Amino acid sequence: MSVIPKPAVTDIFGKPVDEQKADNYLTHGRGILSWLLTLDHKRIGIMYMVLVLAAFFLGGVFAIVLRTELITPNETFFADATTNNDFYNQSFTLHGAVMVFMFIIPAIPAILGNFMLPLMLGAKDVAFPRLNLLSLYCYLAGSAFFLWVLGKGVLNILFPTLVGVWGGGGLDTGWTFYTPYSTDSTTAVTAATAGAFVLGFSSILTGVNFIASIHMLRPKGMGWFRMPLFLWALYATSIIQILATPVLAITLLLLIAERTLNVGIFDPALGGDPVLYQHFFWFYSHPAVYIMILPAMGVISEVISVFSRKHIFGYGFIAMSSLAIAILGFLVWGHHMFTSGQSALLSAVFSLITMTVAIPSAIKVFNWLTTMYRGSILLATPMLYAIGFIWLFTIGGLTGVFLGALSVDLHVHDTYFVVAHFHYVMVGSTLFAFLAGMHYWWPKMFGKTYSEKWAKIGFWLIFAGFNLTFFIQFVAGSQGMPRRYATYPDQFHIYHVISTLGSYVLTVGLFVALGVWIHSLIYGRQTPANPWGANALEWHTTSPPPHHNFNKTPPATDPYDYSHWTYDAELDGYVLNEDNEPEEAEAAHA
Amino acid sequence: MIVSLAQAQGIGMPVPASTYANEVDWLWNFITWVSLFFTVLIMGLMFYFVIKYKRKHPDERPHGMHHNTALELGWSIPPLLIVLAIFVWGFRGFLDITTPPANSYEVLVTSYKWGWSFTHPNGGSSDELHIPADRPVKLVLESQDVIHSLFVPAFRAKKDCVPGRYNEMWFEAPWNPQLAEVNQERVNPEKAWTQAPTMAFDLYCAEYCGTSHSRMITMVYVHQQESFEAYLDDLANWMEGMPPADIGARLYQTKGCIQCHSLDGTSGNGPTFRNIYGTERVMTNGERVVADNNYLRQSILYPNQTIVAGYQPVMPRINLNDVEVAGLIAYIKTLSDDYTGDQVSVDVDGVEETEKTDPGVEATTGAIITAEQTGQEQDNIQQETPPDQE
Amino acid sequence: MSTANADHDHPAHLAHHFDTVEQQFDSAKLGMWVFLATEILMFGGLFCAYAVYRGNHPEVFLYAHHFLDTFWGAFNTVVLLVSSFTMAWGVRAAQLGQKNILVLMLLLTFLGGVGFMVVKAVEYYGKWEHATFAGPWNNAFFNEDGQFVHPDKLEDTVAYGAKKMDKKAHAVAHVDEELGLHDTDAERLVEKETQEEHAEQHEAAEAQDAAVAAAPGPPLPTDHSDFKPAHNGPGGLSDMFMEDGAAPEAFVAAAAASAAGHTFVTWEDLDNRQKGLVSQFFQIYFMMTGLHGLHVLIGMGLIGWILFRAAMGAFSPAYFTPVDLVGLYWHLVDLIWIFLFPLLYLIH
Repeated sequence: MSVIPKPAVTDIFGKPVDEQKADNYLTHGRGILSWLLTLDHKRIGIMYMVLVLAAFFLGGVFAIVLRTELITPNETFFADATTNNDFYNQSFTLHGAVMVFMFIIPAIPAILGNFMLPLMLGAKDVAFPRLNLLSLYCYLAGSAFFLWVLGKGVLNILFPTLVGVWGGGGLDTGWTFYTPYSTDSTTAVTAATAGAFVLGFSSILTGVNFIASIHMLRPKGMGWFRMPLFLWALYATSIIQILATPVLAITLLLLIAERTLNVGIFDPALGGDPVLYQHFFWFYSHPAVYIMILPAMGVISEVISVFSRKHIFGYGFIAMSSLAIAILGFLVWGHHMFTSGQSALLSAVFSLITMTVAIPSAIKVFNWLTTMYRGSILLATPMLYAIGFIWLFTIGGLTGVFLGALSVDLHVHDTYFVVAHFHYVMVGSTLFAFLAGMHYWWPKMFGKTYSEKWAKIGFWLIFAGFNLTFFIQFVAGSQGMPRRYATYPDQFHIYHVISTLGSYVLTVGLFVALGVWIHSLIYGRQTPANPWGANALEWHTTSPPPHHNFNKTPPATDPYDYSHWTYDAELDGYVLNEDNEPEEAEAAHA
Repeated sequence: MIVSLAQAQGIGMPVPASTYANEVDWLWNFITWVSLFFTVLIMGLMFYFVIKYKRKHPDERPHGMHHNTALELGWSIPPLLIVLAIFVWGFRGFLDITTPPANSYEVLVTSYKWGWSFTHPNGGSSDELHIPADRPVKLVLESQDVIHSLFVPAFRAKKDCVPGRYNEMWFEAPWNPQLAEVNQERVNPEKAWTQAPTMAFDLYCAEYCGTSHSRMITMVYVHQQESFEAYLDDLANWMEGMPPADIGARLYQTKGCIQCHSLDGTSGNGPTFRNIYGTERVMTNGERVVADNNYLRQSILYPNQTIVAGYQPVMPRINLNDVEVAGLIAYIKTLSDDYTGDQVSVDVDGVEETEKTDPGVEATTGAIITAEQTGQEQDNIQQETPPDQE
Repeated sequence: MSTANADHDHPAHLAHHFDTVEQQFDSAKLGMWVFLATEILMFGGLFCAYAVYRGNHPEVFLYAHHFLDTFWGAFNTVVLLVSSFTMAWGVRAAQLGQKNILVLMLLLTFLGGVGFMVVKAVEYYGKWEHATFAGPWNNAFFNEDGQFVHPDKLEDTVAYGAKKMDKKAHAVAHVDEELGLHDTDAERLVEKETQEEHAEQHEAAEAQDAAVAAAPGPPLPTDHSDFKPAHNGPGGLSDMFMEDGAAPEAFVAAAAASAAGHTFVTWEDLDNRQKGLVSQFFQIYFMMTGLHGLHVLIGMGLIGWILFRAAMGAFSPAYFTPVDLVGLYWHLVDLIWIFLFPLLYLIH
């Protein structure tokens, strides 16, 4: 590497910041304790990033294991059918549980939300910084339960005698923990549900924090309808988190009580009702789907507008559709139970409301498209991911209509069609939005550039791999391939082979993306304060932001008005013209 | 794959084989075309904009509308009307699928980890579902342990088997000569019905139920009236004239023992049957028991009272009559390496005695008892289901 | 924004990321309300589970609730109400800067919590002592085939329950007499209970039946019906959600009976299946009151903490946020008990 002179940190006017003043949150305080005990939302966000990406890796390992098992129609890993099938069942269960509870739910709110929410509000921190740190440790504690479950499972396989000593390990119930299977399972269900319970608290605390922050910390000049749409999305998400998660908590608590204290609320042998568990579980878990997707939509709203360099179209409709989705999301849980014997009237109501959820989602897509219309579109990596998001979300959303239609759902329920659908919505959309957000805010978070070329290669691999893996599963599902099958009839072989190969491509792509980030941390060059020409408040400070976020508190303006920023070729970023922006300049010189 | 796609009337769906399948497929196709339209529209516009409005200079300042309520309503209301129409069609189809016609042929379905048992009104039961063509068939679903779900893709039919309650489903398979064929592997020259053509479809368990969930697969055979009646007669009387060990061998296959108990000495979820007879077993509580007739009988009928060390109490209770239990025990005896022949039989009291009577006569008597009793049971079950289901 | 001149005029308790004390106070209060909403939803789920289970097995609850002592339940309700009142007074005192009153009120509130937990402990001990079907050690009353079996202490427990019921019946009859009412269910029950010999015989016969049913008798051939639906036929709330929900007869019957006057479901009125489910009432009772008790303990911890700080003089009319928030929490704990008491103790 040739020695490149280290570019200076610049402020929003493109002026170099005095070296001594160029304090940032990464250098503010050294040593491990300054991280572990920090109350700084940015550092908490970064710690979340490390943990959540580790969880994503873990969940990914299980994904590869289970896809590899499915490459042959019969037992692939072990000749002994019982061992093999149990191994597969535990793999898909842990894949689901880890990905849902430890990756998708916290990914965008806990990493990008934590980091960006106060910045976007022009505030110094979230409303309750201590609660924020507690939330992180709840996440860590909940994850520890899952690691315990996993470790016990691995040790039990290695040393079978241990089973007699400390009971079953691993988890084989599916991430949904359906009773009565989960009541009777000999695996470590109690520990896993306790883990999900604690992770739920992490989620609740984050939600409480965000709601209070958005209500109380908005600066003067930022009315509700001048907030960036990402904040609207986080607000709607938080409402779901605080209203739905407690119900999951009590459900899991009842399940633990069933296993340890012989409470029989869900156990048919003790006078309980197993379908009641499903009602309880989906009362949380369907809204939880929107916990995953709403912040993703918020990220996309930001990215589409910035990279089209055009004011977002239909701000009010996008913001309100987030709330509409959050509210309607509470009224559709029964569509997971059309085959359970639930009354036809109830099924009809759930189906009807499910159909109406399609509309706010469609409104968002059309508004994004209209934002792009006659814009100035730059296909940088975040925009590529955003376009990938629209592609995947459109497919995921439209296949949701198949599942919402009662008669058709009876055929495709619990088949690979459902698997493909929710991967398109949850993974395709949420993962792509997460990656869009990561690449969009990366320069702000770390103040480093990354390789556009390799980031784009990563995108194309992930995009191709994803579609290869999951599109074929729609066909397998409509042909009748049931989900959660360790082995399957030969007629489904070709679909599984294609899907498995796709998953390998997807994996390679994800590692390329990871490589790009690591490379950027080591070799990346200093970025300007505003590399994309965005106007939300997080871009009104240096990259990376100082410990207190802003050296000078910026005035709140329309976050989607980009007209004041001009391109500076030398910095490869956008700067404010002091003459054009007297108010801001005044604030800066005050 | 391409062939199956081309054959199917529903795009990407298996060949429809029930009366309501076409209705489902019609809605399926409609949604597919709607989805295709919107996908092409959205993707097309998106790619067009990306190319047409590519950024040429970093300082471009495009201007445009910020909002337009008429436009918003314009693209909200038509999709709303479309999804409402889909809802209505879906609901109408759903009502057809979930409302069994009067006078349906009724079959009791018992699901357990991991197998199916289909009991016909004449008391005969089997692990495969045989049904008459052109006649509505109502299945009454029950589960002995966890939730299972009966799924026949060709019929577009699925319903959960929930422990603690009876669910119902129905379908009617019209006779389609193009799908019917004689299953050459199963032809038995002594039984005419095995030579008649049937339509065969896969039947899956669709609700995750544990280790062998993916092996909880069986077949639905659709018969024409004549061969169906012959099948039923055969089903009710299959034990007639059969030596106990052969009865046991068949029950081993059809009652699900095969899922967990191997014949080759390897252990699955349960101990192997090989060389189990007469050997000493160590229980979880440390007790040592010899696997004699009484032990085997007790273990079959009350599987979880005592458990052999190293196993979990996971075996479901299987409904078996005395003849069947005796048959299974006789079969297990033949699996010992030192088995020398059939000098010894087990009678219904489970007491060993030297064989004196003709085994065929005994088995026949047992079979008749079975048929009568199960027939009564069938009546009981019908009484227990709420009147509005009938 | 006042960041530039934040160094002066800056109270010690104002965190750096808030502009004003009011903003900080309002944020804390909003956060607390949002948190309380999550608590209500959590208990709401539990109440929902309770409602469905009770809807499916009304007689079981009617019988089993007699084991709970209404007097002590009502006593605890009063204790919590009073402590809620002292808590509210404490908050008011904090607002007015009356330190001594604040400390006194917090102390009284804390003692209320102690009183509540002591009564609860005595009640729990009673349940334990009389083996009221509780806990994992009583391991339900079904064998693996779903048949009711006879646990060791059953007779003692049933006798204990009958005694309690008897006492209540007398009390009710007494009240009715004073009010000039006659021929109530309660009176009839008193008459019934006086014929003790008869009752005992009946009970012994029942126990014998149960024992017979429990024995691993000869199995019925291909008996498809021995796997019974878990709840007794159609009935109950959960059936509203199910397509084969016929009229919930048992529920309607029980409701009609209770509308007609005092209803006493005795042990003899229950069938074998219901007898086995009696333990579930206590499981649910322990679950609900246990979770509530945990909240009381947490509340006591919080009160102890602000009591200490109040005594140290940490609060003033300018800063009393913790007192206010703990007060909100304590009222919620109180409120939940107000729902728990009638749901568990006063079943008719």
